[in-house]
Amino acid sequence: MKVMKVDAIRNGTVIDHIPAGRGQRVLGILKPRGSDVVMMGMNFSSKAMQKKDIIKIEGRELNQHEVNSIALIAPAAKVSIIRDFNVIRKFQVEVPEVIEGLVACPNPKCITNAEPMVTRFRLLDAAGPQLSCQYCERVYTADEMDHI
Amino acid sequence: MKHLISMRDLNADKILQLLALAESLEKDPGQLDLSRRVMAAVFYEASTRTRMSFESAMKRLGGEVIAMVGTSGTSVEKGETLADTTKVIARYADIIVIRHPMEGAARYVSEQVDIPVINAGDGANQHPTQSLLDLYTIKKAQGTLEGLKLALVGDLKYGRTVHSLAYALAPFNPEFYFISPKSLGMPNHILNDLTRMGVKFIEKTKINKIVDNIDILYVTRIQRERFPDREEYEKVKNAYIITADLLKNAKDNLKVMHPLPRVNEITTDVDSTKYAYYFDQAENGVYMRQAILATLLGEVK
Repeated sequence: MKVMKVDAIRNGTVIDHIPAGRGQRVLGILKPRGSDVVMMGMNFSSKAMQKKDIIKIEGRELNQHEVNSIALIAPAAKVSIIRDFNVIRKFQVEVPEVIEGLVACPNPKCITNAEPMVTRFRLLDAAGPQLSCQYCERVYTADEMDHI
Repeated sequence: MKHLISMRDLNADKILQLLALAESLEKDPGQLDLSRRVMAAVFYEASTRTRMSFESAMKRLGGEVIAMVGTSGTSVEKGETLADTTKVIARYADIIVIRHPMEGAARYVSEQVDIPVINAGDGANQHPTQSLLDLYTIKKAQGTLEGLKLALVGDLKYGRTVHSLAYALAPFNPEFYFISPKSLGMPNHILNDLTRMGVKFIEKTKINKIVDNIDILYVTRIQRERFPDREEYEKVKNAYIITADLLKNAKDNLKVMHPLPRVNEITTDVDSTKYAYYFDQAENGVYMRQAILATLLGEVK
């Protein structure tokens, strides 16, 4: 018999296929409030990824901003929206072609770090993923960047 | 072309169009009249040469110039944002030429104002008008941009002119020698871009064996002000000094270029050789900047 390691949720979101070790960073994006019920499983076995993290958050459906942010950290993540214990929508996150206001440019000499403005990156390569700053033109992987 | 921010925004056709216009303006300076047009030179950091070159270009076209040089005594010192400062200046002028120490500043300004913006240098990122005047100079000296062998020498890490020039020449099948101390090599993200574009390059630390084999020797100053660590600067400051003796077996068509100012990278005995081309290069800047100003102001199609 299959044993559930993490409880099912009634309403909310499940984020699966997070690369092992990145669950904490995804949680950082979700910024759970004090009363939120959140379950995080780390280092679960996965056929596709060998090891993966899973997050379940009760009572929350992710907005596009959160989905895009998660895509930068966990490009292979799958999001399931749960209502009354049923999956009503399931989708693979996707890094958008233009990433606005999600991550800071690591270049301290970039104008985005000096002016009150929105950062903007273009997706160069989905693997990684690699992003090019619209302003200073430097190229970074998402791992090198801090979320805003 | 609404703005000139980065060499990455220009294709080979546009570059050749600007070169042709610069040549035409050099031969026939009176063909365009930009009287009643106002250029704002907005220089957050000093650059006498670039600013005067732009001012000369605008005045030779019959236009007027207003300038902010440095931030001392300006609203910037009171904490005004770059966006606000330039939005106001855009109400006074028809075109903005901006030099700013932060990378991406010119792009940001171009998004804030309704008039054309020219990037006159943004930190270590881009200096496209320098690249275009360099291309004009190279074409004048060699008769072509195609298939040239060029050595870029000195500070390739912090030197934005060499960054821009590498991109500017990329469509014309160059062969580059990137010559620098190991600590001042061409940044990896640029090398990766050039590789993606199929551009041939070799990185070296010594110059002697290369000099006799190239068409252009592009020398840059090792810039003390770009070094976070003074000791690192002291280690490399005299790494390359070009002398007349070093050039004794150079190809006849070799031209030595330098974006200037120089300190001691090129000794003055080179000035009187047929290879010296850096003062011509400075003069060419005026023709090229005339071409850029006229194009962005809609005076030519």
